Amino acid sequence: MSEIPGDLKFLSSHEWARIEDDGTVTVGISDHAQDLLGDIVFVELPEVGKTVAAEGEAAIVESVKAASDVYSPLSGEIIAVNDLLEASPEIINDSPYDEGWFFKIKPDNLDELADLLDAESYADTCED
Amino acid sequence: MNKTPLHQKHLDLKAKMVDFSGWEMPLSYGSQIEEHMAVRTEAGIFDVSHMAVFSLAGSNVEKYLSYICANDIAKIKDNNKALYGTILNHEGGILDDLIIYSCEGKFWIVSNCGTRDKNAKWFSEQAKEFSVTVELLKDFCIIALQGPKANDLVTEILQTDLPTQLSAFEVMNFNDGLIARTGYTGEDGFEFIVPSEVGTNIWDKALAIGLSPVGLAARDTLRLEAGLNLYGNDMDESYHPYESGLGWTVDMSNPNRDFIGKEALEKIDRQSCKKLTGVLLTERGILRPGYQLKSAAGEGIILSGSFSPVLQKSIALARVDRAMNDKAVAIIREKEVSVDLVSSRFLKQDKIPT
Repeated sequence: MSEIPGDLKFLSSHEWARIEDDGTVTVGISDHAQDLLGDIVFVELPEVGKTVAAEGEAAIVESVKAASDVYSPLSGEIIAVNDLLEASPEIINDSPYDEGWFFKIKPDNLDELADLLDAESYADTCED
Repeated sequence: MNKTPLHQKHLDLKAKMVDFSGWEMPLSYGSQIEEHMAVRTEAGIFDVSHMAVFSLAGSNVEKYLSYICANDIAKIKDNNKALYGTILNHEGGILDDLIIYSCEGKFWIVSNCGTRDKNAKWFSEQAKEFSVTVELLKDFCIIALQGPKANDLVTEILQTDLPTQLSAFEVMNFNDGLIARTGYTGEDGFEFIVPSEVGTNIWDKALAIGLSPVGLAARDTLRLEAGLNLYGNDMDESYHPYESGLGWTVDMSNPNRDFIGKEALEKIDRQSCKKLTGVLLTERGILRPGYQLKSAAGEGIILSGSFSPVLQKSIALARVDRAMNDKAVAIIREKEVSVDLVSSRFLKQDKIPT
């Protein structure tokens, strides 16, 4: 069974969002997602300053076996990306919830959080 | 879902299992890149028992094989050898690629999993005229031991050094089965085509001495780095061997030998038909099946594409217009990226100093 931290919110497409103390939101993919993908060998990150829509395409992650879009859980502006992933995408396999984060957003509207899954609901979707 | 005799062992190893043409097979046991590198640097062991093993019998077996395979069985008969080749339809399209094993009068064929039923029917249909019987063997294991240390390890596993005396593509009898110095990784190694209980013993001993089990995911990147075609990806019934990088497996040297597809192949202009090429991505990104290629000289399409753990770059096999050489662009998600068109023996050329 993969790890699902209780303080995160999720999309059913396996992205997680963490609300930071300063009101920004950090986004990555779940442990379950990295396990499904297998060895990750490439990421394409959004440009800082770009605006993204909730559930809109924001990044691309590719493992040896497959390419997958990464959707933004919330709408907002990209304020930082994890440059380490370009040279060492395997960090996502090793540390999906911590060092393997993808990007940070300044959210437009935190009310959108209500549309996301909590850890328990996300765990249910993974079992389907 | 079909299962190999080693299925429970894969589950016990917590392998990620996948449906491969109706067979539940191990995709990987952990990191597929680690499994890949184990085979390149030391050795690994594969369960490929999902592949089909046919046993042929009858006094006309050689004539029959000579007629159904585009490569010429005369090359190996009486030599205890294996022969790689294709079977073609009457239009020259590739029905499958396979290995024929000839060992002390025994003739076996190992062909792909996904074509098992199609081949069983085709082999039987063609066999009628030759009074040859074709039997699909049940309760068999095919286990591949591959890697630079395979030669030392085979002795330790089997407690005999007889297999080490085999040269590439040579075959010997072993416990109602065969051992051949063949494989699908580009490394030295052996394939054991043996009854289930023999295979299970080989597998257990290999793991007991510390060999890495290797799943189908690493098998795919290993064969791609070695430039070996995968049936269904790089060739199928719609394409003939000359546009699939397999012209070298078509043997036209004996004018008196007829084989299925020969007449169609003779009409093909080999100077103008499409060709298979290796593709190396010189930028970041991963080439995938279906991506388009183009250059001033023509266009093409990626057939197999993935990431090479050895080269740390994306590599691919593509079918392209014959005039295309050297440089091209690939279209990845509507963006153009630069690629080199190279020999599909990706690792061999890497070792040649530039």
